[in-house]
Amino acid sequence: MPIPVRLRVNDTDREHVIEPRVLLVHYLRDLCGLTGTHVGCETGICGACTVLVDGQAVKSCTLFAVQADGASVTTIEGVGNGHLHPVQQGFWDCHGLQCGYCTPGMIMASIHLLAQNPSPTRAEIAEGLRGNLCRCTGYSHIIDAVAQASAAGEVARG
Amino acid sequence: MAETRTPYVGRAMKRIEDPRLIKGIGTYVDDVRLPGIVHTAILRSPHAHARIRKIDVSAARALPGVVAVLTGADVNDACGLVPCAAAIPDLKAPKHTVLAGDRVYYVGHPVAVAVATDPYIARDAIEAIDVDYDPLPVVADAEAAVKPGSPLTHPDLGSNVAYTHTVAGGSSIDEAFRSADRVIRHRLVHQRLTPMPIEPRGVVASFQPGEGTLTIWTSTQIPHLLRTLLPAMIGVPENKLRIVAPEVGGGFGAKLNVYAEEALVAHLAMRLRRPVKWIESRRDNAAATIHGRDQIGEYELAVRNDGTILGIRTRTIADLGSYLQLLTPAIPTLTGLVLTGCYRIPAVKMEIVGVYTHKMATDAYRGAGRPEATYLIERLMDVVANELGVDRLEIRLKHFPQPSEFPFATSCGLTYDSGNYQGALAKAKQLANWDQLVKDRDAARASGQLSGIGVSTYVEICAMGPSKAMPAGGWEWGSVRMEISGKVTVVTGVSPHGQGQETTFAQIVADRIGVPIEDVVVLHGDTNVAPYGRDTYGSRGTAVGGSAIVMSIDKIVAKAKTLAAHLFETTSDHVTFENGVFTSPGVTNREIGWTELAGEAYVAKNLPAGLEPGLEASSFFEPQNFTFPFGTHIVAVDVDRDTGRVKITKYVAVDDCGPQINPLIVEGQLQGGIAHSIGQVLFEKTVYDENGQLLTGEFMDYALPRATDIPEYVFGHTVTPSPVNPLGIKGVGEAGTIGATPAIANAVIDALAPLGVTHLDLPMTPERVWQAMKTTAATTV
Repeated sequence: MPIPVRLRVNDTDREHVIEPRVLLVHYLRDLCGLTGTHVGCETGICGACTVLVDGQAVKSCTLFAVQADGASVTTIEGVGNGHLHPVQQGFWDCHGLQCGYCTPGMIMASIHLLAQNPSPTRAEIAEGLRGNLCRCTGYSHIIDAVAQASAAGEVARG
Repeated sequence: MAETRTPYVGRAMKRIEDPRLIKGIGTYVDDVRLPGIVHTAILRSPHAHARIRKIDVSAARALPGVVAVLTGADVNDACGLVPCAAAIPDLKAPKHTVLAGDRVYYVGHPVAVAVATDPYIARDAIEAIDVDYDPLPVVADAEAAVKPGSPLTHPDLGSNVAYTHTVAGGSSIDEAFRSADRVIRHRLVHQRLTPMPIEPRGVVASFQPGEGTLTIWTSTQIPHLLRTLLPAMIGVPENKLRIVAPEVGGGFGAKLNVYAEEALVAHLAMRLRRPVKWIESRRDNAAATIHGRDQIGEYELAVRNDGTILGIRTRTIADLGSYLQLLTPAIPTLTGLVLTGCYRIPAVKMEIVGVYTHKMATDAYRGAGRPEATYLIERLMDVVANELGVDRLEIRLKHFPQPSEFPFATSCGLTYDSGNYQGALAKAKQLANWDQLVKDRDAARASGQLSGIGVSTYVEICAMGPSKAMPAGGWEWGSVRMEISGKVTVVTGVSPHGQGQETTFAQIVADRIGVPIEDVVVLHGDTNVAPYGRDTYGSRGTAVGGSAIVMSIDKIVAKAKTLAAHLFETTSDHVTFENGVFTSPGVTNREIGWTELAGEAYVAKNLPAGLEPGLEASSFFEPQNFTFPFGTHIVAVDVDRDTGRVKITKYVAVDDCGPQINPLIVEGQLQGGIAHSIGQVLFEKTVYDENGQLLTGEFMDYALPRATDIPEYVFGHTVTPSPVNPLGIKGVGEAGTIGATPAIANAVIDALAPLGVTHLDLPMTPERVWQAMKTTAATTV
């Protein structure tokens, strides 16, 4: 039986009546029209579907939308406030993407990583992104991207 | 005066395509939304080989929201066979229908399709289909499959051997072995791999019944080849078929194919008169999108005691899987073409036996044939060096052709365009600080650590290719249009999906036309926009596609000079073009820029007699040869004695892909390619059990490299232009994967050498390394 679900998605309140089995990623893509969050495996391994739920990086294919009822969700479309977020800028500057399919999930995981550890070492960045697969870049430029965003954050913080 | 600009070509520029991708507003196939669209799920065989006694779809059809449930009996007569474009003499090929007929031949073989208003309901529907299977004997091992008495993959073909093909050349192979001091034998296995682009495949089809036109959005590398090949499958003529490859989330060869689902979804859209979408799950991708490699070879080398290699002879068994996809049987033959690597080896003979088994088809996976060859020859060079006690760099240098000997004819029948293999090796040695590296390894060994150094000096075949050597033409098409506004629109027939040609082509065009790069737009991936092309694979995009763009630029500039000469009231040989400005020194002080010239060309009130209006040109570039990038990779590893885990401690890569248009993109291609090799050497293997069950059907079971598995790199380059195309460039999309696999493998073997280990098959997982250490420790104590 469909049930109501209320979420705050990218600072907009949303209310839908959905089947309990609908995954959060499909809710975001199909009901909210936010197709920047991608599906790569549906088993929680690849991380292409990573979003922030109440500030925590979550693989949105591992959660039913109803489990996120009442939560605040940020997707790739919701970062940066109309500008490029420093992590997005890092990915662009450092060629941290090729086909771009894993990129939104990578960026969300990186934002979470920097929120927890604003000045990570390269090894810590790699460790923090172990849950996100990329088949194009070989990760090195992604690590460069996050390191650049971290450095930009340090400058901003003085 | 014309302003002097810093050229865009050669600069590490940020990519033009990136903003939409980092904002999450690119459009991949699954993001295509059409009114009234219905969704599909495909029921696939759980058996590797079985007869289908009966399929009951009644319960599935009865589910609310289900639009249709169809089986092979419903669609196979209406759809043509899935094509194979490879021409191999005496090839035995099974009929490859869109859905299974009365038998299934691999786990994942599509059996039925459900169409519903919602993708969840479509999945419910396939679960409600009842199929009565009668399991049959399974052929799961290619070597067993060629032995007498083996069950048959396709009983109607009478044999598991699809073809036997010999690549031979140079001097007499028999004479080489007669005159050898020794014959060194070695068995090498290239495991089966799953390409695993992070975006699985997907297809959306929409039929416009009034026009009789069909639009197909598909996650493909080859929209144009599809437009050529799909009409025979779906009955829509080429000129009413539009193929769109929107953003494509990685290919690596897996999307260089014509798949049953592309025809099936197109057929459903016409049959149901509704837009239809199919999105592949990861499990389906692992089971039913092509796999790569899977070659087993017994190698014999005829050598002299001084390390001279006189000849290579091999019989290789290639596991093709149960069906031929687009290029399946041709891939192992590519291995034969480049088997001698970058060495002068006078005689070569490779017998390839293509074998059917009850598995998914193998086909082109990043490197396609060349990683196999490079791994083979580079492992064998180390094997020979070790057996003869010859230095492994010396044995390589001894067999390199000199730079002055290019173009260099190989005994495999190719002509290598240009090269300086000594230069790349010397630079890599210098960057790796070779002598110190060896000292460090020896010191580590003396203290009981397992440390090793591996080298590979590779050459590969790129820029595919001369049409006479390609199944469906190897040229490329491209057009350049100077718009009336002075903006430039470039259309290319290649279909980039991460390689960055929206940027690199814009760099080329902006320099040569003399406009700001912001004024250039590069379009691709839609056959209504780019009417002809041969698409993206085989490291051909920039070398072949970029050359078609250069030809078109030259035509436009020539036409513009004619027009400028008319405006200057002189002849075009008195017109100079530089940095986007036309002048005529000595005739007039007047300067004409593109905007004024384009205005004249399109307003067309003052054109010289015989000159057509407009400023647009298109070209087909036909390469006269392949290109042959090369390089040297040097890798140092440590092996953990307790766990068998391999850690890459140093990675030096010197690659020569000719002049670089965008070094940042080149580096990205190399890093990505090397990561595929790290996967192949250390982690990845597609596993079927003896019943043909796929055990690596998800990312949970198939180990892709992760961010923590990647070393820090030292990259260097040498630049040896290719004479084959006007840009002099060679290609770089596959180089990393081709150069890296043997270098990493050789390093691990070198690390284990003190224990008496002389070879390990791939992947060198911790368990396999640990077992080898245990076994040799037991036998050498």
